[in-house]
Amino acid sequence: MLDVVPSPAPAAGGEHLLRAEGIVKHFPIKEGIFFKHQVGSVKAVDGVSLEVRRGETLGLVGETGCGKSTLARCIMRLFPLTAGHLTFDGADLSTLSRSQMRPYRRGMQMIFQDPYGSLNSRRRVGSIIGDPLAIHNIAKGAERKKMVQGFMEVVGLNPEHYNRFPAEFSGGQRQRIGVARALALRPKLIVCDEPVSALDVSIQAQIINLLEDLQGEFGLTYLFIAHNLSVVQHVSDRVAVMYLGKIVEVAEVKDLYGTPRHPYTNALLSASVVADPDKARSRDRIILTGDVPSPINPPSGCRFHTRCPKAQAICSTEEPILKSGAGDSASHLAACHFPVADGEKIASGKATILHAVEGFLAEAPK
Amino acid sequence: MSLSTVEVVSTEAPAETPGVGGIEGRSPLRLVLARLRTDRVALASIGVLVLIVLLALGAPLISAITGHSPTVTNVDNGTDANGQPLPPGTGGFLLGTDNLGRDILVRIAYGARISLLVGVLATAIATVVGVVVGLFAGYFGGWLDSILARLMDVVLSFPYVLFAIVLVSVFGASLPLVILVIAFFSFAAIGRIVRGQALSQREKEYVEAAHSLGAGNLRIMFVDILPNLVAPVIVLATLLIPAAIIFEATLSFLGLGVGPPTASWGNMLSDAEGVGFQAWWFYIFPMLFLLATTLAFNLLGDAVRDALDPRTERIFAGRRKKKKPA
Amino acid sequence: MTLLAVDNLTVSFPTADGIVQAVRGLSFSVEPGKTLGVVGESGSGKSVSALTMLGLNPGADISGSAVFNDRNLLTMSQRELRSIRGADIAMIFQDPLSSLHPHFRVGWQIAEAIRAHTDMDKNAALNQAVELLRLVNIPQPERRVRAYPHEMSGGMRQRVMIAMALALKPKLLIADEPTTALDATVQAQLMELLIQMQREVGMAMIVITHDLGVIASIADEVLVMYAGRASERADARTIFFSPHHPYTRGLLGSVPSATGVTGGRLVPIVGSPPSLINVPTGCGFHPRCPFAMEACIDDQPPLESIPAGADHSSACWLPPELTGVGVATDTARQRYAGTYRGPRSSKLPGVRAAASEAAVYA
Repeated sequence: MLDVVPSPAPAAGGEHLLRAEGIVKHFPIKEGIFFKHQVGSVKAVDGVSLEVRRGETLGLVGETGCGKSTLARCIMRLFPLTAGHLTFDGADLSTLSRSQMRPYRRGMQMIFQDPYGSLNSRRRVGSIIGDPLAIHNIAKGAERKKMVQGFMEVVGLNPEHYNRFPAEFSGGQRQRIGVARALALRPKLIVCDEPVSALDVSIQAQIINLLEDLQGEFGLTYLFIAHNLSVVQHVSDRVAVMYLGKIVEVAEVKDLYGTPRHPYTNALLSASVVADPDKARSRDRIILTGDVPSPINPPSGCRFHTRCPKAQAICSTEEPILKSGAGDSASHLAACHFPVADGEKIASGKATILHAVEGFLAEAPK
Repeated sequence: MSLSTVEVVSTEAPAETPGVGGIEGRSPLRLVLARLRTDRVALASIGVLVLIVLLALGAPLISAITGHSPTVTNVDNGTDANGQPLPPGTGGFLLGTDNLGRDILVRIAYGARISLLVGVLATAIATVVGVVVGLFAGYFGGWLDSILARLMDVVLSFPYVLFAIVLVSVFGASLPLVILVIAFFSFAAIGRIVRGQALSQREKEYVEAAHSLGAGNLRIMFVDILPNLVAPVIVLATLLIPAAIIFEATLSFLGLGVGPPTASWGNMLSDAEGVGFQAWWFYIFPMLFLLATTLAFNLLGDAVRDALDPRTERIFAGRRKKKKPA
Repeated sequence: MTLLAVDNLTVSFPTADGIVQAVRGLSFSVEPGKTLGVVGESGSGKSVSALTMLGLNPGADISGSAVFNDRNLLTMSQRELRSIRGADIAMIFQDPLSSLHPHFRVGWQIAEAIRAHTDMDKNAALNQAVELLRLVNIPQPERRVRAYPHEMSGGMRQRVMIAMALALKPKLLIADEPTTALDATVQAQLMELLIQMQREVGMAMIVITHDLGVIASIADEVLVMYAGRASERADARTIFFSPHHPYTRGLLGSVPSATGVTGGRLVPIVGSPPSLINVPTGCGFHPRCPFAMEACIDDQPPLESIPAGADHSSACWLPPELTGVGVATDTARQRYAGTYRGPRSSKLPGVRAAASEAAVYA
């Protein structure tokens, strides 16, 4: 019954399913009582170029405020781009209006982070999963119901629960509903925006396995956004790291986790918690000083220079280009003037804390 | 009309306990009905309203049984020697007569028809218009919102009685005009609440998900957001009905609404002007029926609001416990 | 010498749908200067037990004992508890934005906490607050002390909470999901801070979390909770490298970077956490356990040491020889299937004969 949805059109555009060039998305900040004028803008995504190959899983990591969620929504064309080009399966989506975008939506879908907010609590599950079919006029009545129930089974839900409301399902099941909804149009690309972050650990694993199985069965390409580096390492073929609206490094997963070149990637990897007591305690953590700068006024030159342990004068004036270093494979790109070499150790920040502790202990006891 | 003080109810249905072995398969509607069933005030209000509806529906029947018409002047039979109205219980007039000898009971029954018809119809029109206007204003924002929101503000601050006088003097008093006037002045109350809800709902993630599926604006408004507004709209509409009834009574009292000889609770009250304490039945009965009807709707509206609000679960839990001793 | 000894703690809440048994007989102890990591998913009862010990769940039905410094916390009055909270036992919560008062400046809130337990005057307390902010590595503490919580980032707010908690040098710090809402780099900083503070001040810590990585970094001993009870307790290395209880093993199998899983497929636990109103009979984990037997449905296994006398206890009917198996892989299941898999009751909801992860029926 799943073949009722016409299979996606034969691949156009070659090896790359998605190509983003120079994507910029600025959100204007307006002030004023009667007539609001623009006083500044939040530069959420400030010049991002990346490619997603057919059938791969591209992981996208970064911390809060790096712009990864905004980039995902730019790729999904959920709002107009401030600048840049977006090519999906050979078609140029950069400046399409909403109604022009509609047919292309069948090719790319999204899974959201919040299993509670991303489903309309007032609609029944069958109606939610069948929504995309209804919007694109695929199948009617009993036929549509059969298709929806087919998708429910594929994601591990009981098809008899067709008429239930989302509130009657657990968080993991609700996320499965979201996956079924994303699958209904048989898309080629699924953008997963933190799909497991809000779930319990054991349920996370179920959903990760489900996504992997579906990728094989339906020939899907994933853009997988997460902040948990272990999860991203597990699911991805290639990984891109974002910082303040720009991509700072992108590489095959073993290259990124094995020989990270960008200092930020190094700091991020050293900070991530590993479920292994030996590794966790022996690790030398790179503690970054200061806070993440505001995306309203990003630092000049390389955005990371204000916190980078390797920063030099040139870093504050000239923005580094994303390129592969000598000795690295062509797919391993980093935007840094002084990439981290193999075995190089970057400063760690333990000293500052010890100082303060001594002072504290020197005070009069309670 | 003090609908601006009506507070907005949370739009979430009472929560279920998810997970293995949890409560299964109850739609929000059935949950709400189950809760209402435990509310004695709600049941009493519904009972009163059912009686009044029956009264209204059975008006011709009552007229036939008693043999009295609601409109035909009946001075010989219906008044005493001095031309004064007959008190209740005399001469086959259960509730007495008015100054023209007409049976008050029959007139009240026909008056109930007017009140309910105007109340429900005007509210229905106001609700539909209010929901549409509020949805468009809240969802699209921008200049459309500015215009519609200002329009609603203007309507809410209008001196409606004066406006009604003007309209009536231009077009003449009639039932359709009364209904339209009431609807026009009521829609803004619903519109404002719906606009607020639409504004907050459009930021929710499920709306974003609908966008990503390719849904158009109209579909998102009416298929996705509207079901989330049902709760506050129902509460508001239930509370609007008594306001509309009072509005109609006011207009009729002023001679701007339903005119003689048609019976309306409002013009019965105006006919009773100057009668004083002698023929108390002349105005007490219309007043009591007005009071009962509007009170019943108001109490029902409050009960519905409580039943729809998941935060009041403690009250219903307590009631359920009392019913089934552990 | 035990700092805190909890014995058979039971907490239940009467609700409209039935009695929620949040904690069902929890026992554990904490030594001074050590860190106990409490791991569990939602509904395991880990947060409820901590809150109950500090008297922050007044409406619940509580039984059992929690002895701190020879006094039972569960029988103390709110007044007595107030003198302990903050001074002897401090607590920090997951979301600092909601645990800090939004209307008062941060320095004032810390000073408040200090003055509630000492007789310092306002200025002295505020100076102490500045020093505490400096201690937790907040830059420009003299300026920050006058900030409001919403003016600070998440990481900084959590540091303020830690500063407040440490102000009176408590003997025990309870941290309930302290780093869950934070970014990786900020999380790392905060855990470094907690470890250092603990080592230098000599306080004991209970860190409650669902994140096994946090446990690996910070815990000396680990207590794994499931459905309101302790399922396993051991020191950190034992839990990660030779767990006994199938739930612990399932958890480790679910985490990509955990020991034993090398980039292959994750082996998650079937099904979802149970309803706390209709808790499964016997061992609460049996509907999801690949090793479940008849005994598991009928009787609840007690938390017993395995092998007898060692510092590793597990609440499971499986024999002690199963330690060191690692994660519940298919081979392990097959190895023991013949000996241990008994007939299952058909009345169990959602249980399938093979612990396949594909279907998750409600």
